[in-house]
Amino acid sequence: MSEQVNSPDPATAETKETRAGPDQAADRGRPGYGFGQALKDTLLEGRTATITVLAFITAFVTGGLLNAFTNTTVLHAWGDFFSAPGHAIAAAWDTAVGAYVEMFEGSIVNPHTVAALFQQASIGTAIHDGYLSAVFTPLSETCVQATPLILAGLAVALPYRAGLFNIGGQSQFIGGIIVATFLGYGVSLPPFVHVVVCVIGGFAGGAAIGWIVGELKARTGAHEVITTIMANYIMQYFLAYLLSFGYLMQAPHTTDEITAAIAGDAHLPHLFGPSLRINAGFLIALACAFGVWWLLTRTTTGFEFRAIGRNPSAARVAGIDVERNWVLVMLLAGGLAGLSGAVVVQGTDFTLNFQSYGTYGIDAITVALLGFGRPLGVVLAALLFGAMKAGSPLMQAATGTPVDMVQVLEALIVLFVAAPLLIRAIFRLRAARGGGVGGVMSRGWNA
Amino acid sequence: MTATEDLRPVDLDLAAKPPSSTFRRWLAPVTFAVFGLVDIFVLGTYSHHGDATFAFSEPFAKVTVPNLALPAAITCYVCGAITLVIAVLRSFLSFGKGQKRASIAAVVFLFVVALLCWTDAGLSTAFNVVNLLQGTLAGSIPIMLGALTGVVCSRSGVINVGIEGQLLLGAFTAAIVASGTGSLWLGLLSGALAGSLVAVLLAVFAIGYRVDQVILGVVLNTLILGLTGYLYDALMVPYANTLNSPSTFSAIKIPLLGDIPIIGPVFFDSTIFLYLTYLALASVQVGLFSTRWGLRTRAIGEHPIAADTVGINVIAMRYRNVIVAGLVAGVGGAYFTIGSVGMFSKDMSSGEGYIALAAMIFGRYTPFGAISAALLFGFTSQLQSIMSTLNTPIQSNLLLMTPYIVTIIVLAGLVGKVRGPRSEGVPYIKA
Repeated sequence: MSEQVNSPDPATAETKETRAGPDQAADRGRPGYGFGQALKDTLLEGRTATITVLAFITAFVTGGLLNAFTNTTVLHAWGDFFSAPGHAIAAAWDTAVGAYVEMFEGSIVNPHTVAALFQQASIGTAIHDGYLSAVFTPLSETCVQATPLILAGLAVALPYRAGLFNIGGQSQFIGGIIVATFLGYGVSLPPFVHVVVCVIGGFAGGAAIGWIVGELKARTGAHEVITTIMANYIMQYFLAYLLSFGYLMQAPHTTDEITAAIAGDAHLPHLFGPSLRINAGFLIALACAFGVWWLLTRTTTGFEFRAIGRNPSAARVAGIDVERNWVLVMLLAGGLAGLSGAVVVQGTDFTLNFQSYGTYGIDAITVALLGFGRPLGVVLAALLFGAMKAGSPLMQAATGTPVDMVQVLEALIVLFVAAPLLIRAIFRLRAARGGGVGGVMSRGWNA
Repeated sequence: MTATEDLRPVDLDLAAKPPSSTFRRWLAPVTFAVFGLVDIFVLGTYSHHGDATFAFSEPFAKVTVPNLALPAAITCYVCGAITLVIAVLRSFLSFGKGQKRASIAAVVFLFVVALLCWTDAGLSTAFNVVNLLQGTLAGSIPIMLGALTGVVCSRSGVINVGIEGQLLLGAFTAAIVASGTGSLWLGLLSGALAGSLVAVLLAVFAIGYRVDQVILGVVLNTLILGLTGYLYDALMVPYANTLNSPSTFSAIKIPLLGDIPIIGPVFFDSTIFLYLTYLALASVQVGLFSTRWGLRTRAIGEHPIAADTVGINVIAMRYRNVIVAGLVAGVGGAYFTIGSVGMFSKDMSSGEGYIALAAMIFGRYTPFGAISAALLFGFTSQLQSIMSTLNTPIQSNLLLMTPYIVTIIVLAGLVGKVRGPRSEGVPYIKA
């Protein structure tokens, strides 16, 4: 975690480094310490930011290699390697790089749509015919994909700061989406009120699940990792149960496991007109990120959370009610995950089916880890993963690279970011100034 | 973790306040009472009239056991009444450790009997108990093997959340190799090696690079899920005939033992995977508690510094244990493809690795405990699948939920606090 970076880890990391090689300061005065090495050391000392960038590069290169050696067209080209080696290498390069280019075009900006915009006669017709919105569609999709990831990521990051590991994003997401959907189609309220009630309902639904986990931990010591995993399955079956009976939540006149669509009043309003899917959920997510930042850094409660996260025994000795804070932080985390359910159903999906929870629970963990458990980091990480998700369909269509590549990349990035010692070893970096996240985060099951 | 933190006194768990005693005191009796009331007022009251018939033999078995017919409603009432008596006894008498476990086993057993009576009441077909148990044992193989892997890793001081990834990569590799080479044995071997490969990653990052092990496990699972999904689309779908159509192992009936009524077909008439599970269970049990290796393994999991002091190479031993244990989970994964279905599909292990993890903790980090818990999970899903074929009006989703709820209740203190090895998850840094 970011703040812990300065305390215990550098000590251990440095012990290791000093054993591995001579001290860097001493290095500088030595003969043979060339300009190149000095430049590399200055640029690439094991700072957290550097480590993160290098982790990204490593992950993308690894993903590219995977792509280059498994793509069907490329495999055929490799088959002809000895007759046309250049062709094989070119095909591999095209696939690997092409996949990333397409992903970029699908998530940030596509030059073709920009070109098309400038070919229009006037701004007026361009807007009217949708050329302008076409330019912004990739960015809008990125934000739409990032919205639930931000909220779910916060639901992992916040308890993480208090020393709890919330794998139960999925269960809380389901808890929230059930309540939000039910309020969305089941009650009729005035336009503005309806949206707000549904969003609050989503928060409450998720918070209830989180509260149970926190209460179990506080009262009985049941480990939250296992209870949240169990809660994921329980809620998954509970959702399927709700959706399989007409008198519960199943839509009338259907045998599918799906609810009726929520009322139009309960939809989150679009931010930039109906042709772009980006909606007020994105603002809710950003507001929550700000709220979590404020809570953690500017309030007594946040201070207590962080104190418990650093050292629960010391916090208890200092008079902090550890159990009460565990319950509170899990309640808030559950609420955030519930909100991500609410924004999915109210912002984009409008109905709830038995697979609505997708992979948000697991993605949230990767987002929180990549964001170093900090609200701003979570937002950036969610935007990155959201962009990869938004760009993946285009990538699959254009280069035949399966969308699962995104998941591989996500996991690789987090894996490398979480292992700064490995990145230092790969790039032969010298002594660490910042420690990264790796060793510091290690703590036992029982602690 | 710094070296100084590693030196903390052995049992100074200030963070975990003693759980509130009233909650713990009433948890078990109240849970039991709920089961008893469900037996009576749900299963008993709403069962159809007539008898429930149970069959205990496979068709065409050499020795057959007569069917058993029970009056459904009355059996449910009796089961419920006994359960309530146990609940009352539990709340007023102080039970010993063994009695506590026996009472839980009795309550679960009575509940299952009542449930089966309710299911089969009034149906003309007999409910085949042997099929249910056979399916339970076979279906639990990945969970059992995964849980055994978890036990070995945890006892060595490494939390293995990556069991899910080991199962999934084992399933994938076994399918692709068995299909490509046409040899099931090569498939099995490569499946095991694949499980071990994930274990190598786990070991390198957790032991070598000291990454948080819970996080690492989750990330590895995501990585394997993405990787197998990716390779499935990239390779297995275009070349389905060559790369994703392995044959499957057929059942081997053990002579004599296989002919014993009830026990024979359940325990001694199955694929190689079940026998490998027995072997793994016996090895882990004997290995952990009766050999020098086991003593050392438990030592490095409880107090690595002490172990190091007496000359055990903690790091090397952890590497070795984690990697070898990975073979076991890999075999469990191979069961999915070359043991039962005969082809790979995305996310095939569907979270069973996480269930194995829960089974390990549920089973208090002991091989037999883990296996029993794994069987409980397997039993429920098998029961659900049989019930769905019988067209009973069971809310299968609610039934499927029960083992997870039971796990939470158990963790909440039904059998006392589950305490893992002291140094589980704490990377060892040689001072």
